[in-house]
Amino acid sequence: MANLNDHMGRPIVAVTGIGVVTSLGVGKADNWAALTAGTSGIHPITRFPVDHLNTRISGTVDFLPSSSKGASLLTYDLAEIAAQEAVAEAGLDSGDFGGPLFLASPPVELDWSERFSLYNSDKHDVGAERLLRVARGLKGLDVFETTQFGSIADRLADRFGTRGLPITLSTACASGATSIQLGVEAIRRGECDRALSIGADGSATAEALIRFSLLSALSTHNDIPEKASKPFSRDRDGFVLAEGSGALVLESLEAALARGATILGILRGCGEKADDFHRTRSKPDGSPAIAAVRAALGDAGLGEDEIDYVNAHGTSTPENDKMEHLSLSTVFGERIGSMPISSNKSMIGHTLSAAGAVEAAFSLMTMRESVIPPTINYDNPDPAIVLDVVPNQKRNAEVGTVLSNSFGFGGQNTCLVMAREPV
Amino acid sequence: MSRHDVVISGIGLVSSLGEGPDAHWRKLVHPGLEPVLEAARFSPYTVHPLPEIDWNLQIAKRGDQRQMETWQRLGTYAAGMALDDAGIKGNDDLCTTMDMVVAAGGGERDEAVDADILAASESRNDRDVLLNEKLTTELRPTLFLAQLSNLLAGNISIVHKVTGSSRTFMGEEGAGVAAVETAAARIRSGQSTHILVGGAFQTEHSDMLLGYELAGYLHRGPWRPVWQRQGLDGGGVVTGSGGAFLVLEQREHAISRGRKIYAELGPVVSGRAIRRQGELDAEIAALLSQAALPNGELLTISGASGAHAATAAEKSALDANPAIAARGFSTLTGHMKEAQFPFAVALAALAVERKAAYPAFDAATEKPFNGIPRTVLATAIGYHQFEGMALVNAA
Repeated sequence: MANLNDHMGRPIVAVTGIGVVTSLGVGKADNWAALTAGTSGIHPITRFPVDHLNTRISGTVDFLPSSSKGASLLTYDLAEIAAQEAVAEAGLDSGDFGGPLFLASPPVELDWSERFSLYNSDKHDVGAERLLRVARGLKGLDVFETTQFGSIADRLADRFGTRGLPITLSTACASGATSIQLGVEAIRRGECDRALSIGADGSATAEALIRFSLLSALSTHNDIPEKASKPFSRDRDGFVLAEGSGALVLESLEAALARGATILGILRGCGEKADDFHRTRSKPDGSPAIAAVRAALGDAGLGEDEIDYVNAHGTSTPENDKMEHLSLSTVFGERIGSMPISSNKSMIGHTLSAAGAVEAAFSLMTMRESVIPPTINYDNPDPAIVLDVVPNQKRNAEVGTVLSNSFGFGGQNTCLVMAREPV
Repeated sequence: MSRHDVVISGIGLVSSLGEGPDAHWRKLVHPGLEPVLEAARFSPYTVHPLPEIDWNLQIAKRGDQRQMETWQRLGTYAAGMALDDAGIKGNDDLCTTMDMVVAAGGGERDEAVDADILAASESRNDRDVLLNEKLTTELRPTLFLAQLSNLLAGNISIVHKVTGSSRTFMGEEGAGVAAVETAAARIRSGQSTHILVGGAFQTEHSDMLLGYELAGYLHRGPWRPVWQRQGLDGGGVVTGSGGAFLVLEQREHAISRGRKIYAELGPVVSGRAIRRQGELDAEIAALLSQAALPNGELLTISGASGAHAATAAEKSALDANPAIAARGFSTLTGHMKEAQFPFAVALAALAVERKAAYPAFDAATEKPFNGIPRTVLATAIGYHQFEGMALVNAA
């Protein structure tokens, strides 16, 4: 009989379903094949014109019917597809999930295509006044719902029959990890036996790209798109904006075993720490990221020597990769040089609100498949960052525990510790 | 009473009525208080505008103020007031271990840039190119951060040094409900000892009005109290700028610091009625029943928005219980979206602490309450979706 409670006497949280969509494809099978083959999903942007843009590449998801229909509809579809895969794998009723929903998704705004179309449907007044005039004559709720922050989760709650008020959250680029953390906490508190945690982001619009570009956050290596995302390399010059989704069905180990579910992995610990240094830059000593990693290890009841692999945040920005190296080498000490640490973002780009969930999904698969996906485009190592980044080629390895990092604008730092086996 | 009870040990409030719990109390207990209204600027819509605020009082650095649009400044300001009130501000040990859940919407876009692009779109067919052309040259680079949802929390970390954890919930009133509910659950379970929770809403921006008006939710024409807008022009919502932050604390933690306790936060309940299927009435009734209302007269601080369907449903549920004396504070503050539920809880806590009820905010509709409120109900029935309630008890 397995131990059902963790080192702090809380219910152990198991993963019984995993779903994922990225620019590499729909579903775990396609994604895993591409990821372990070192395939990049980064490509020239075709969704909108790239005139005047410094960055003309992305990891957008272009192959869904909603890919051209705006951030809100695409984000919903991404979330729905990943959640459907996860719920089906868990063997649960996909219309009556019976637990709460935690959705990490991008902040919503009225899409420009809608703004243009509303504005040009009338001739009276100008600017915002005209938009408001047109708005109050609108029939139907379709446009309205794309501007409500709770609407995507509301639709998902209808679709999957989740319980109660669904939570939509944003912790910037750590959002996906936070959605999982909220699910873990709800199960540990005994509020539910299972939770559906989703991170989804279909918000790679022209305006989103321009905003990140104005902050000098994006790679401008446009010529060979698949080579642009190069975490931990000397010539890294920014992240690649991308889309995707990841979904996990979380369940108390007790409930999962009781219904005979297959245990895909264990969500062993979560840790977070906010940074008060700057809106986009981390404290130079890395102390908040260090504290987040340590909090996750502590929550998991694991020592520094008990992590087999790190799924890095690894954005390919000069700042992040340097800070992540600093914080990991501080926590893991000399061992850091011999620990495998790879960045999925080298292949899928930065899926923003989805990243933490997508990368948790890949972390769990890394343990199940005993294969570590590589960090591709590692041709010019940064001499200041001495890490085993699993360069360019996948590696076969027994992996029993993973640390997955997520760091975001606004001082957000969230880390997850996952394990293959319950104890 | 138990040591893991959740108590309210700090309150920060801003609305058109002023700032701070004391100022709000003084005004709100004044029978027949007139609302502060701005009817011209956004005509045909009326809003309750922000009062004069000296941002320096809570955001010392001008550089920090410049990095935020009004919504973030407002939230950071209200959060600072709550921290001050709880005796936490400036205390490194307490701030660095303090958790935070912020209910946020989005910030303010650059209205001039948007208007310019829209005007140009009338004579251009290549609108996507137009967009690139204008946005790459006219957007202020840091505006993105000044309007980004999780950067209200980010600014609270930077300005007030709250760094235990930082989470932002999105989704109109429901985000405020979930923020308070989750924060309380974390304290009750021993996951946290003290949490900053709240939100802010700055309505004096066309996009914030548009967010309601795309479904015709805004009231038009002369202002009326929140319960008296059915059947009039528009959708019934009159918005207001404001913010509400609470310091929630484990009882033992607050007592050990020797702090004043406003009230205990009792059950917080939430729900998601599928309204198009007519579930709202039943959902409100279910929440009232889950909240385990005490016997006897019950003062109720209602966050009703004025939105016709939701407000009618809430009113009929409250009217059906003869013990309930409701106070719809949107009459005096306007609807503050994500901040609405934290604001309701704060007003409930104030009444409990001052051992007195608010007079009717709308004497024609609301009935008197004569006793001492030992327990007060706070509600937020979303104008469009999501519902929540909390019971606030004498400490």
